[in-house]
Amino acid sequence: MGWLDWMLLLARIVLTFFMLLFALVIVIWLERKFIADMQTRPGPLRAGPRGVLITLADGMKLFFKESFVPTLADRPVYLIAPILAVVPAFLAFSVIPWGTHVTLFGREIPFQIADLNIGILWVLAMTSMTVYAVVLAGWSSGSNYPLLGSVRSSAQMISYEVGMGLALISVLMFTGHLKMSEIVAGQGGYYWGFVPRWNFIPQFPAFLLYLIAGLAETNRPPFDLPEAESELVAGFHTEYSGWRFAMLYLGEYLNTITVAAIATTLFLGGWRGPHPSFLPWLWPIAWFALKILVIFYVYVWIRGTMPRIRYDRLMAFGWKLLIPLGLFWVLATGTIVLLPGLYGSRGRLVAVGLIVGIGMLLLLAADVLERPRSRSREGASP
Amino acid sequence: MLGDYLPVLILGGLAFAFVVASLFASSLLRPSRPSPAKLAPYECGNEPVRLPKGEKFSVKFYVVAMMFIIFDIETIFLFPWAVSFRKLGLFGLVEMAVFIALVFVAYVYIWMQGGLEWEQAPRPMERTAAEGEQEEELLRAG
Repeated sequence: MGWLDWMLLLARIVLTFFMLLFALVIVIWLERKFIADMQTRPGPLRAGPRGVLITLADGMKLFFKESFVPTLADRPVYLIAPILAVVPAFLAFSVIPWGTHVTLFGREIPFQIADLNIGILWVLAMTSMTVYAVVLAGWSSGSNYPLLGSVRSSAQMISYEVGMGLALISVLMFTGHLKMSEIVAGQGGYYWGFVPRWNFIPQFPAFLLYLIAGLAETNRPPFDLPEAESELVAGFHTEYSGWRFAMLYLGEYLNTITVAAIATTLFLGGWRGPHPSFLPWLWPIAWFALKILVIFYVYVWIRGTMPRIRYDRLMAFGWKLLIPLGLFWVLATGTIVLLPGLYGSRGRLVAVGLIVGIGMLLLLAADVLERPRSRSREGASP
Repeated sequence: MLGDYLPVLILGGLAFAFVVASLFASSLLRPSRPSPAKLAPYECGNEPVRLPKGEKFSVKFYVVAMMFIIFDIETIFLFPWAVSFRKLGLFGLVEMAVFIALVFVAYVYIWMQGGLEWEQAPRPMERTAAEGEQEEELLRAG
């Protein structure tokens, strides 16, 4: 590699970094505008045209605000937690292709930091790192509300992580690739000539599973129990102030963007989309941004519509519905992919029959499981 | 192979540098006027009665952690299989179905035992009259 390659690599990384920060500013403003729209109020107005600079204004304010360490806090851990919140959030984004490539100085430069051969696994590993930031921030604060928030969120995040992993495995089985670029490449073309061949059509249950688990993983409403302000003041970041709080906030929104970006890449065809022939590198980026915004809008819409879910229901939803559904869908994907290859069109019929049959059996089993439990426990208590 | 990770490392370094540098810059520019009330644990202005040091937690959280380990290991076993299940064919699929079924037995057991319930067991007061009568009958008979 010559010095030009190094410079281009560095430029690519810095560009991605600042694109993410820029996206963050826009996305936080958009969320406030969307939610204001749903509650028929104007939302941020003053800073810049239509309040678009509100995030910068808030950031400036937090930057110059006092940020103290409570006396009872475990100082080193308390100081490390904001760093732990931000760095994995950036790292998770590094495998996502957010555009095709541009040819500069005779070299093809992809809009992706690293096309790791363990793509999906890397994403799963990095997104699960966020639980450390939340738990350590809450635990090290030396105060009651943050501790409760962090303990809750650890249980919540690990519960929904299993469902998320199962959704990712179904996609992996369907496409047969771990690399992000190959997953996007596999989603080219059309069904019947006009429906884009995106994964979310054949993998719709996995798509839903991923969106819901993603909502819980990023602690967004209605799964925002770690920071339920009516019960826990501000949850795990109650004792954080000033720029340290800003870092936790930044990490949270970066994770939201990353989750939307992963859903786009795995299920919505990534940067693919029809475009005119001039500036062929710009359109994929616009498509990618548009798809991320659609998912983000759905997330804000859910926030504006759903009340916060009760904790026992949250756990029951994760363990009794999402995980069995995920396991079932993994096996169903395996059957659909394998049997037609082995037995031709009859295999497809057998596969569908098997899936429907086992699904109905499972539903029956769930019904039976729910019934005797309440009786048997009452019988056992005396 | 390992060269693939170099850009990721650089990005991680950049993110780390950004956080540390901005925290440091902020610490130079922001005011710092601590007072005992400010530094006390937040409790809506009251003196905290109990502090989290040495508090005990509901055992439910530990149960969830243990169940997570079971299912996460299952997920981790699924990953290598998912990469090569096309080559393994029907045998691999049946094998994995058997494995998932085995873990599912444990899952059903936990569910039957009420390990997935978060709320408290119902108190005797909440039992219906009919159930109470049934129990009395059982007591008389036994």
